[in-house]
Amino acid sequence: MASYSTNEFRSGMKVMLDGDPCSILENEFVKPGKGQAFNRVKLRNLKNGRVWERTFKSGESLDAADVMDLDMEYLYEDGEFWHFMKTDGSYEQIAAAAAAVADCKDWLKEQDVYQVTLWNDDPIAVSPPNFVELEVTDTDPGLKGDTANGGTKPATLSTGATVKGVPLFINIGDVLKVDTRTGEYVSRAKS
Amino acid sequence: MLTWRPSASLAALRERSRCLGQIRAFFAARDVVEVQTPMLGARTVTDAEVESIAVHPYGFLQTSPEYYMKRLLAAGAASIYQLGPAFRHEESGRLHNSEFTLLEWYRLGFDDRQLMQEVAELVDDVLGRGSYTSLTYSELLGGVDALKLERDEIDLKFVAAIERLGQGRFFITDYPADQAALARLRPGHEDVAARFELVIDGVEIANGYWELQSAAEHRRRFQADRDRRAQLDRSDVLVDECFIQALEHGLPDCAGVALGVDRLLMLALGETSLDAVLAFRLDRI
Repeated sequence: MASYSTNEFRSGMKVMLDGDPCSILENEFVKPGKGQAFNRVKLRNLKNGRVWERTFKSGESLDAADVMDLDMEYLYEDGEFWHFMKTDGSYEQIAAAAAAVADCKDWLKEQDVYQVTLWNDDPIAVSPPNFVELEVTDTDPGLKGDTANGGTKPATLSTGATVKGVPLFINIGDVLKVDTRTGEYVSRAKS
Repeated sequence: MLTWRPSASLAALRERSRCLGQIRAFFAARDVVEVQTPMLGARTVTDAEVESIAVHPYGFLQTSPEYYMKRLLAAGAASIYQLGPAFRHEESGRLHNSEFTLLEWYRLGFDDRQLMQEVAELVDDVLGRGSYTSLTYSELLGGVDALKLERDEIDLKFVAAIERLGQGRFFITDYPADQAALARLRPGHEDVAARFELVIDGVEIANGYWELQSAAEHRRRFQADRDRRAQLDRSDVLVDECFIQALEHGLPDCAGVALGVDRLLMLALGETSLDAVLAFRLDRI
């Protein structure tokens, strides 16, 4: 397996740290006047999303992680696994466990395309696009002119996720555009 | 990605020019003479943590003008300064660039305390007046116990400690004797070196010594550097015998300091990266 030295570290590079695949976010070179050189590195653990900060002696190296991000179409869920299919025409499918799908399950809609991160060909993370469109399955009927709650209400989507800040005119069956980074309502989708 | 454009803004480069003029005026007013010594030298420093850039078949780009300037002093020069490039291999980052601008000066008859005073006056000229706090190296690290750690850990603690100092101008004094570099040990307190550093807003700006004079002690320290280089599996560096000869002839009693001009200018402009003050950063050369 290839390895990278601290002076090759670039943001986006995938490396192994403490047995987990990580993506380098930042690499800062630090050197006291006549002392030893260090690299202070911020990495995101790709398995749990946590950000780690580690200091390495300059010249130390880490093994490269065999990590790939693939665009895949979401097919279905079987109660244990979430199934995705490659979009390269191969129809090849993979099954992702709950740990990999994590919070993304709130935004999964069949036939939409998601980014699946594979480590040694196993799915370890699924990321939604920044915006998804999902149908409202439950929400209070909003009365026109009711501004007691700032003119908004919560709504439950087809995935089971709840979105706040939904305008009162939204009804069950409407399709909403939601920002997956904030979990907030953006607009009513034109359908 | 290839880009022909400069790293710094043209306004910053104009400010840089003004700042260099200010520095030269500072020394002209004090009768300190500007010198120019070779950037390309046959020999280089033994320091284990400084890597020189070799230029075949000539020798090395100089990591500082120290040895040449001290040869001038040994030859009878009065107080001198130099303002020019210095080079260090594999140093690149927000506060590092392999080629950088160093201001180095030597004052005959000064000790480290007097030179710190002059450094503060120069910095006041460039950044505006400020107040300076002095603390010893062991105070910075939170007590003498820290000095018993391995050198790696001490360096890491030092880096963290100067960042924790935060905003303000700080002189770190009385370095431990094993980090004396080329400073003499403090007379009467030989566990510490008469070495200081200036740290401003968490950035190391200058490093100065009340200069070591003994040729024999220089030779001993250079050998210790070479031993450490061997231990760290770094390439061997031969001792600069020309420099030793000059020391044997006699270096006058003096204090000297090297100051990072790019970093000082960066602070003067309220910037946080050398990108803002270098015409062309390492990634654009």
